[in-house]
Amino acid sequence: MTDILVAPVTDATARELPSWRLVARRPGFIIGALILLFWIVCALFGSSFAPHSAYAQQLLATNQPPSSAHWFGTDQLGRDVFSRVLVGSRSILLVAPLATLLGTVLGTALGLALGYLGGAFDAIVGRLVEAVLAVPAVIVAFLFIVAVGPSAQTEILVIGFIFTPLIARTVRSAVQVESQLDYLAGARLLGEGRIRIMVTEILPNVLPTVLVEFTVRLGYAIFTVATLAFLGFGVDPATPGWGSDINANYGVIGAGYWWETLFPALAIASLVIAINLVADSIERVVAG
Amino acid sequence: MTGPALADGEGQAVAASSDAQPPAAAGGETTTAAAASGETITQPTLSVDSLDVSYRVRGRDRLALRNVSFQVGRTESYGLVGESGSGKSTVALALTRYLPRNGRVSGGSISINGADPMRMSGAALRDLRARTVSMVYQEPGKALNPSIRVGRQVAEVYEVAGRPRAEALERSAEMLRRVQIADPRRVMERYPHQLSGGMAQRVVIAMAIAAEPSLLILDEPTTALDATVEAEVLDLIAGLRAELNTSVLFISHNLAVIAKMCDRVGVLYAGELVEEGPASEIFSQPRHPYTVGLLRCIPRRGQRKDHGRLDSIPGFLPQPGHAMSGCVFVPRCPIAAEACRKAPPPAFPTGQDRTSRCYRHEETAELPRNTPADVELHTAPDLAGEPVITIANLSKTFVSGGESVQALRAVDLQVRRGETLGLVGESGSGKTTLARVLLGLTPPDANASVVLDGRPLEPTAAQRGREQLQAMQIVFQNPDSALNRRHTVRRLISRPLAKLAGLSGAALAERLTDLVRSVRLEERHLILRPRQLSGGLKQRVAIARAFGGGPAIVVCDEPTSALDVSVQAAILNLLADLQAKEQVTYLFISHDLGLVRYLSDRIAVLYLGRVMEVGPAERVFSGPHHPYTEALLSAVPSLDGAPGTRIRLSGEIPSAASPPSGCVFHTRCPRRLSSGICETTEPPLAEAEPGHLISCHIPIDQLTNLQDIGPVS
Repeated sequence: MTDILVAPVTDATARELPSWRLVARRPGFIIGALILLFWIVCALFGSSFAPHSAYAQQLLATNQPPSSAHWFGTDQLGRDVFSRVLVGSRSILLVAPLATLLGTVLGTALGLALGYLGGAFDAIVGRLVEAVLAVPAVIVAFLFIVAVGPSAQTEILVIGFIFTPLIARTVRSAVQVESQLDYLAGARLLGEGRIRIMVTEILPNVLPTVLVEFTVRLGYAIFTVATLAFLGFGVDPATPGWGSDINANYGVIGAGYWWETLFPALAIASLVIAINLVADSIERVVAG
Repeated sequence: MTGPALADGEGQAVAASSDAQPPAAAGGETTTAAAASGETITQPTLSVDSLDVSYRVRGRDRLALRNVSFQVGRTESYGLVGESGSGKSTVALALTRYLPRNGRVSGGSISINGADPMRMSGAALRDLRARTVSMVYQEPGKALNPSIRVGRQVAEVYEVAGRPRAEALERSAEMLRRVQIADPRRVMERYPHQLSGGMAQRVVIAMAIAAEPSLLILDEPTTALDATVEAEVLDLIAGLRAELNTSVLFISHNLAVIAKMCDRVGVLYAGELVEEGPASEIFSQPRHPYTVGLLRCIPRRGQRKDHGRLDSIPGFLPQPGHAMSGCVFVPRCPIAAEACRKAPPPAFPTGQDRTSRCYRHEETAELPRNTPADVELHTAPDLAGEPVITIANLSKTFVSGGESVQALRAVDLQVRRGETLGLVGESGSGKTTLARVLLGLTPPDANASVVLDGRPLEPTAAQRGREQLQAMQIVFQNPDSALNRRHTVRRLISRPLAKLAGLSGAALAERLTDLVRSVRLEERHLILRPRQLSGGLKQRVAIARAFGGGPAIVVCDEPTSALDVSVQAAILNLLADLQAKEQVTYLFISHDLGLVRYLSDRIAVLYLGRVMEVGPAERVFSGPHHPYTEALLSAVPSLDGAPGTRIRLSGEIPSAASPPSGCVFHTRCPRRLSSGICETTEPPLAEAEPGHLISCHIPIDQLTNLQDIGPVS
């Protein structure tokens, strides 16, 4: 037994840091995560620490510029813009992640099937996926919501379905790379079924790609939700929301009331940037 | 045609004058500097003195080379050997200041023609790389720009030297002819991807010698090539060296190649040059335990699995940047003593121009073995026994884009229980396709018959029942690809036990422990994932998986070609032991004929998907054999002196899409018959002597005569 090899096991394990620790070391991730955390707290508890009610109208103090009483000023109905921005994060942070999650789950399943089964299935369904990709997403969402009527569920479903082919395409190419590797041939030689090979052999290896895709798509989802709200297809025009607030107030920019549009717009921008920072950090660590 | 090109004593001086007036080196005229170099002729081309190189990894400097000193004299060929991670390539990169960003020379000095590249200005360094030192790397495909025609790329070397475009093209054609490219004008019109690997490497070599460098660095130049092509390229390099008076630094992991190509050799281990001296002496009388161990790991001519096990070197190469007070080899050395642990050994002279960094260099001749030579429980396979698998009329045609390529054609083979059938042939000969078809990973053409244990084998794995899947398994070439990197070792090894052996619970756990022990893994490895294991350990996991279901046949597809020499020996021993214990049949695919000979009972030689010869291993090797087998054997450089350069194949394996008429080998066959029968009629695979079949028109007694006579022109 003298040719037993003794691996430098302890050394190797000590150096293989779990990748989330590498992610957490990146400054971009820290900044993005802090902004994201801030908006999540606002979405959950915003109404309890906002200085004013987001709904209370003060018809004697409409269109007030930013001041110490109203940091971001007031809107055309005299509502406190700062409080509306804080509370307005709720609708977007509810719809966007759920829609992205739906799209990711469906897209990953479809991508696994397309990439691993290949052949005629890939040729036919793959073409259909490409056809769907050719249709402009916002128009589809618009038409669908007009037909069904706006609600959070409708928005989640619509955005989720729009994302499905996009995510499927990315996952499909990652699966095709894996399909070249011998471990799949090895699994076939053990008599493993196709579903099992896809779920237990391939899926763990494409999860990093799926994670990156999820975070990137989340940024787009926020953008889409805000756009729909701006176009007047938001969940409920009465509840505070960044997109719908911009929609309600952008008409009065010409009159000099810029704050009513600027601050919700900055809020959207900060959230999208935060998610992109997080997505970028994860992507870099995953790519090595 | 050339004078001593660039034999100037002062690299700096040449550099300074380079832009204004290119030195005449590339033009082949005698340089003024060369005329004045009467006394510098004794100065070595390359001199490396106590070189330290470190890489900064995660904020820590890790020493990759320590205290490396050697010299390459004028026109000398110096070989650097070592396993992966020993620092061979780092030497090459440091010499021309191509170290990556995180690497730096942290001590010592380099002198190329008297000038130190570390102290050169940007312009001088460019000039050094353009005129004084050329490099050829392992992958010719990566050295050539894929979007520029070959002619332009070669001509660029001359244009940089200031030649007008037309003259540069003229000279390029001439240079390509010198690297034995028969039709340079046609090759110059092509793009790199249109060239075969061997042809591309010739082009790279042509570019490297175009500037007539005084130092040519070859970093594994033939590792990516087939043995027959490797032999041609090595002949070419040896010929050019004699012609050009260039000094050569030849880097390789292949000891036999170094032995063939080099005057002097340095053995690198963990960043230290442990032994150095004339190549012939180092390989015949090594004086460092590492060199001794390395040489014992390689099966020598005539050594076989039933005569004795290979020796191996236990343990691992230390991590780069290791902090070791004494000799670096201590943890793996069978004769390490107290003194060895205290201080690093100096370079002891062990003969003329020889040194060894070993305190006990006088005892290396009687170095104890790490692995006992005795074969455990070996029983020879019953050569007259019933075949476990019978393959008849097996063809495989791939169709893509309307073109059909016959990768296998009417293969007939029988393999008996407990024997090893070696499959040899160049890449493209169909070895791997045969394995994949048998395993059911790709279905054969209709009419093929494969009978396993008396029952016909279903064509694809998906159609096979548990029993047939269980019967045949594979050890792939590359364990990184063969093992799912997200699964633990326990999961990887348990799955075949559950799925094929039908075990669960305590029975599975018990069998798992047995299996892990029999492939010499340890319990503590079970919780790890593949990336935490070394290459050799990963291959042991793959072997455990293959043996989990208790197979009758295991296909070994180049199981050691991704591994280092010292690890390879341990894996081969393991395969031999497992075979003796389990009476399993191996289909052993390898391009390394030494390994095939060591492990195989019978050998089948494939060429363009056809079996050219099949017979007992000893008969196939000793001959008389098929001219193709003869050429394969001639191509292998040997450590035992006696170079087998009897016949050489010219050109590459023809495309399987349009195989030659008659005998498919006739286009390259050096023994083609003048009667013309070889061009028109395909010879049958006929029994030349009992159990030894050859597909050749030349009768066996005539082959015997021909192959004993010796060289053919």
